[in-house]
Amino acid sequence: MSDQIIDTPPKLTKKDFSSDQMVRWCPGCGDYAILSAIQNALPQIPEKKEDFVFISGIGCAARFPYYMNTYGFHTIHGRAPAVATGVKLSNPKLNVWEITGDGDALAIGGNHFIHAIRRNVDINILLFNNEIYGLTKGQYSPTSRIGLITKSTPMGGIERPFSAGELALAAGGTFFARTIDTNPKLMTQIFVDSSQHRGTALIEILQNCVIFNDKAHGAVTNKENKDDFQLHLTHGEPMLFGTDRQKGLRLSGFKLEVITIGENGITEDDVLVHDAHEKDSTLHNMLIRMSPPYFPMALGIIRTVEDRTYDELVELQYQQSLEQASFSTVDELLQSGNTWEVK
Amino acid sequence: MSKTTTPVELEKVVIRFAGDSGDGMQLTGSQFTFTSAMLGNDLATFPDFPAEIRAPQGTVEGVSGFQVQIGKVDIYTPGDRADVLVAMNPAALKSNLNWVREGGNIILDIDYFEDRNLKKAGYETNPIDDGSLDDYKIIEAPITSLTKTALAGIELDNKSIIRCKNMFALGMMYWLFDRTSDETIKFLEAKFRKKPVLIEANKKALNAGYNYARTIRAIASNYVIPPASIEAGTYRHISGNQATAWGLLAAAEKVGRKLFYGSYPITPASDILHELTRYKNLGVITLQAEDEIAAVCSSIGASYAGQLGVTASAGPGIALKGEAIGLAVMAEIPLIVIDVQRGGPSTGLPTKTEQADLNLALYGRNSDSPCIVIAPSTPANCFDYIYEAVRLTVEHMTPVMFLSDGYLANGSQPWKFPKTAELADITAPVFKENGQEFQPYLRDPEKQSRYWVTPGMPGLEHRIGGLEKEEVTGNVSYDPQNHQKMIDIRQEKVDLVANFIPGQDIIGDESGELLVIGWGSTYGSILSAVKELRKEGHKIGMAHINYINPLPKNMSSIFANYNNLLVCELNAGQMAGYLRTKFPEFKYHQLNKVQGLPFTITEIKERINSII
Ligand code: SF4
Repeated sequence: MSDQIIDTPPKLTKKDFSSDQMVRWCPGCGDYAILSAIQNALPQIPEKKEDFVFISGIGCAARFPYYMNTYGFHTIHGRAPAVATGVKLSNPKLNVWEITGDGDALAIGGNHFIHAIRRNVDINILLFNNEIYGLTKGQYSPTSRIGLITKSTPMGGIERPFSAGELALAAGGTFFARTIDTNPKLMTQIFVDSSQHRGTALIEILQNCVIFNDKAHGAVTNKENKDDFQLHLTHGEPMLFGTDRQKGLRLSGFKLEVITIGENGITEDDVLVHDAHEKDSTLHNMLIRMSPPYFPMALGIIRTVEDRTYDELVELQYQQSLEQASFSTVDELLQSGNTWEVK
Repeated sequence: MSKTTTPVELEKVVIRFAGDSGDGMQLTGSQFTFTSAMLGNDLATFPDFPAEIRAPQGTVEGVSGFQVQIGKVDIYTPGDRADVLVAMNPAALKSNLNWVREGGNIILDIDYFEDRNLKKAGYETNPIDDGSLDDYKIIEAPITSLTKTALAGIELDNKSIIRCKNMFALGMMYWLFDRTSDETIKFLEAKFRKKPVLIEANKKALNAGYNYARTIRAIASNYVIPPASIEAGTYRHISGNQATAWGLLAAAEKVGRKLFYGSYPITPASDILHELTRYKNLGVITLQAEDEIAAVCSSIGASYAGQLGVTASAGPGIALKGEAIGLAVMAEIPLIVIDVQRGGPSTGLPTKTEQADLNLALYGRNSDSPCIVIAPSTPANCFDYIYEAVRLTVEHMTPVMFLSDGYLANGSQPWKFPKTAELADITAPVFKENGQEFQPYLRDPEKQSRYWVTPGMPGLEHRIGGLEKEEVTGNVSYDPQNHQKMIDIRQEKVDLVANFIPGQDIIGDESGELLVIGWGSTYGSILSAVKELRKEGHKIGMAHINYINPLPKNMSSIFANYNNLLVCELNAGQMAGYLRTKFPEFKYHQLNKVQGLPFTITEIKERINSII
């Protein structure tokens, strides 16, 4: 499906999606690459420019809509999923993107985040995960690792971090992808693919905050051994990684295990094949949970399954109500039921 | 006891039905109400629900009540105290006796006045024998046993038979007040269409009650309340919450946008959600959100996308929505926020009424973020004022706070409903190019409102948000002078609404000894008190405020015409405080009550008399 879209001659270009506002993120911030990837992705999506809407909450990431030459609404902390739900239900033809961060989505907005996913509203959520509060100048976030020293955890963080992907799947998520700010090609491709998913598409972007949590994702992005710590998943392809793609994953009992092809008689046939369409999310959860040093970080589309979207069902009930209704105007409603004449 | 059969004519009468929540008192009351409306009486009703959903049977906590006042004269309230109380058990008597006037009639189901039920209600001695009811006329009716006798032979289990006792009681009331059972029979036939045995059983109980009352002539005679001289037209019965819902439907249809209603369940606002969700065929979208904040934010999203965003709650939920309402103020988009006020603070008295969220509506947001504030004053005019709320939020592009309350929400009255063609036009501020380049914060010079440009409109892409805006362009701006200017513009925008609302009207004398100032659901009690005092020869006026922010332009010139100003409200003095800041040149007397109950007419009269 995505191939066909890319083949369509793009009428719009990246430039059409850049606003005239000066971008004000810190130099070196991962957000720049994400902005650029989105501006590259949108021309590849078969929608009219005026039908794209970007809705954000609060945080560094949430400034994003100001830099896009599309409709945009910078709302309040944590509430973007609720605003986006109202927008999508009110005008289902819009292509709605929510921009959020780890604090916005998983702390103050946690409730809206899980409920948007539970309802499966047809929106795309870009979660910029830098494991820190940037805009408020460096406090730990719900995804910060245990032990992280921040302004509000001078002795090291003691709270267990959330996994955005696991949370989404527990809420019934139908689409989860993970990408990384250092890989523009992967980001662009995932954005294009996610826009084609019907339902809530959650894209977690491992994003670097150079100022307050530099190299938080260093174990994954580190140039020397990134191949050993990034597993790029493609539906239908074996889960191979490593410099020569000689490493793979297999199930050992109820756990994932890293294996090396050629060692102890292991062949490619022993390696798990990625099935992003599997409704049972058990394996997807295991893939989401993996992280260095013992495992690679899973990137790409980890889960994409079909289900009815909330907006579709709202429309369906509307159609049913038209068939069942005994009136079609407010005047007719006013006159229905028990009325009486006073002379 | 006289045996005369000539019915005595009454101007008005207050009747209260009380029983266990399973006894069907709401249905009995509304049937009596509907029949009376059909006979041309004016009336007003109020249900008194227990706070617990299923309190133990026979206890005071489980009593459900329904009060109705009917009259041949105009009726403005459900009445202070009942002339007739129907009490289906001792608990109902105990919790309602305070609401019966001295000398009033009390019909008791004597079958329940035995040890077990007396004890459950907390009576140590039987009130029928211990003299505590000496001030009332007691009618001891074996309602349950007579219902059983009347239904003997009907193929129904004992429990279902006993359940028909409310129809027996209703039948008695129909005889006492000289009304026919026709409407109720029609109702029963429709309701139990699929269970003919229940139609038969309920009809039998109804007739048995009617005949019983006629035979025993328990009350000296029966009464007639002739039809009131009501304006001609087609009427229906409506509660405040239903009128609110229907007003929204009418306004959305008029403005040609879908109604989006985001809300979270809360007493006493939930009925608006229940009502609106039935009208999907009219394009209504309802979202039962995950919380109050999501409810308002989804509605903001709807307005941003070009539909009519509405949210509702009671005080606790409105407090949660505050930040988001500020966003709508800043983004300058339409938004209706309905507050069906209840007793507070905190969780307070969920099923009781109060008017204590005025300050919350006026000031309950961070920074200087003015909202239009409107309050309906009768169950039926919830329709008119929510319609006005929509007109103002759409045409002026700023949020409106709509202050209903539990008393209006659940109260009901006959309503001469309009034709939608008669309703005011509502014109959405659509941007027309006319050679000018679009800017997100361009304004209509008369209203200072911006244009409603929504996603999907080609060529007009722009960004809005909660950060301070540069004038006209809407770009983010931290410039000090610009911030001052934008704060001023947002205030001016609300102030200018005064040019687009009617002036304050006066009931009664246009100058004189005293002006009673009220707002919201106290309308009926204040009006009744003012009418009675004027009949006694006092020069009194009444100004009931529906447009609270901004106030009508003629407000202070009205105040100047009276020797005294008295502000009556069901809170500790919020409207009085507001008027003092607006018009400090006047002195304001106050009447305040915070008991979860409406004013009685007597309370208002006494307060007025203490001043003049
Ligand atoms: S604080 Fe961190 S996340 Fe925010 S803009 Fe600067 S680098 Fe980026």
